[in-house]
Amino acid sequence: MFSSITADMLLAILPEIALLLLMVVVFVADLVLHGKKSPLPAWITIGGLGLTLLATIAFAQPGAQPQLLWGGMLRHDWLAFIFKVIFLFSALLVTLLSVGWQKLWYKGEYYILLLASTMGMTLMGASADLVMLFLAIETTSIPLYILAGFVTNDPKSNEAGFKYLLFGAVTTGIMLYGFSLLYGFAGTTNLYGIASGVAASGVPVPVMVGALLLVLVGFGFKVSMAPLHFWAPDVYEGSPTPITAFLSTASKAAGLAVLMRVMLAAFPSIQPEWQNVIAVGSALTMTIGNLIALSQHNIKRLLAYSSVAHAGYSLLAVAAASELGVLSVVYYLLVYTVTQIAAFAVVIVVSNVTGSDEIADFAGLHRRNPMLALALLLSFLSLAGIPPLGGFIAKVLAFSAAVQAGLIWLAVVGVLNSIVGLYYYLIVLKVAYLDEPKGEAVIAPSRPQAATLVVSIVLVLILGVVIAPWYNWAASGAGGLF
Amino acid sequence: MIPLSWYLYLAAGLFALGLFGAVARKNAVAILMSVELMLNAVNINIVAFWRYLAPAEIGGQIFAIMVFAVAAAEVAVGLALFISIYNSRKTIAADEINLMKW
Repeated sequence: MFSSITADMLLAILPEIALLLLMVVVFVADLVLHGKKSPLPAWITIGGLGLTLLATIAFAQPGAQPQLLWGGMLRHDWLAFIFKVIFLFSALLVTLLSVGWQKLWYKGEYYILLLASTMGMTLMGASADLVMLFLAIETTSIPLYILAGFVTNDPKSNEAGFKYLLFGAVTTGIMLYGFSLLYGFAGTTNLYGIASGVAASGVPVPVMVGALLLVLVGFGFKVSMAPLHFWAPDVYEGSPTPITAFLSTASKAAGLAVLMRVMLAAFPSIQPEWQNVIAVGSALTMTIGNLIALSQHNIKRLLAYSSVAHAGYSLLAVAAASELGVLSVVYYLLVYTVTQIAAFAVVIVVSNVTGSDEIADFAGLHRRNPMLALALLLSFLSLAGIPPLGGFIAKVLAFSAAVQAGLIWLAVVGVLNSIVGLYYYLIVLKVAYLDEPKGEAVIAPSRPQAATLVVSIVLVLILGVVIAPWYNWAASGAGGLF
Repeated sequence: MIPLSWYLYLAAGLFALGLFGAVARKNAVAILMSVELMLNAVNINIVAFWRYLAPAEIGGQIFAIMVFAVAAAEVAVGLALFISIYNSRKTIAADEINLMKW
């Protein structure tokens, strides 16, 4: 199988190769700079990620038929491709947000870890083998543990890294036990061979459900599915804010990509069971996320619980287990990634001036910087799912996928939850628009921050108004799994 | 020859022991050690399945090697984080690291 390496195989891992080269370049630049405070690593990373993104879109597109490459380790299909674009794009925006962020943004290792984690995610999106999947998940997680605890003199950041690592290590162990059972039942580690292997060996349904639950612990941790969501608020609050943005978008999207691929490829024999488990998980996740978000006064914690709730909305579409379901998860994640990054960009700009993450400090944002308040308004309304913004279309697609699959009760829970969600988003907007400003200092974004804001807000609008191209894109991604 | 199920029972016992330790222990280093027990159970499973079901393919062996290689990386990062938190807080008891809750 490894006798010859063809151009196809190399093009399929073009983003990974580019990211690895970029890591080496940043590493060398950091060595040459020799501890001097310089913006060079940041700009190399931004330029390199931009080029990687363009090269991926131009050259690494899969063909009409999905291919298993590298000895069955990776699958080159549209779903993997779309997720690679999402990961690279959000890594690019997060790097732009990191420019000027307190004391960490001139440190080369920060960017190297960010790139390593991105590389793990691109592999997660494409992996078609249990061994590759495990390696990709760990390549994503281990740099993120360090990044969450990156600000060593901030006790909250320390605590974030500590909790993320402990919960991550335990859930990974449980997931691996599930992987080992799957390997035993099927006699193969290839995801696309597991279904036939399990059917041939005649494993009873309850045993398969046991393996399913073990595997879901690991994936549930990555997408913060209840009851495995409890790490998310603490880690999101304590991490450096750009990393919080990365965790809540790219890392969550990677978890969902893996979840959909593994469920559809490896567990077709117990599809009704896993649909039920994920449907219940989705209902719990939405409800818990939204209800606890109501009582938050720290904006990062509020966005953390809101991101738990959004994981619930996307799981709702996963539970549909249909082509429309996968399509709407992809659309949801496209919208959610840009919206969430826009929201965090506003948080970063404001907390740079006020020095805190309290919602009360957003008071009078409209009078201190109307454009920034407008960005907050648009991103929060999109998170709440108000037309004509992207969030509305994403929610409509997700709910319709659930209804189409006969999960009407779940769609009702989702709609009720959206109403609860609207309440706490509006509270923040009320503070920003109606309350008296607390300080006089000018709140103005730096140029990279302004660029991130403009790009992401424009995308939020486009995703809500011009639907057809994105819809077709997501549809071709869904076609990669069916 | 020892039947396959004996290995699976051993692994299940070891896994349960590790999981109990990870949940019940307060010292972060002890939690990491319990996670190692869980990973060892995984490796026993994988190696036993490989030997009994598919000895002609190397997939199982590769899997086992990957598991402990990655576990070593995870522990290295974990200990670094523990040292960093011990420097500022003088404790690594998981229940005392509670600046943030709810």
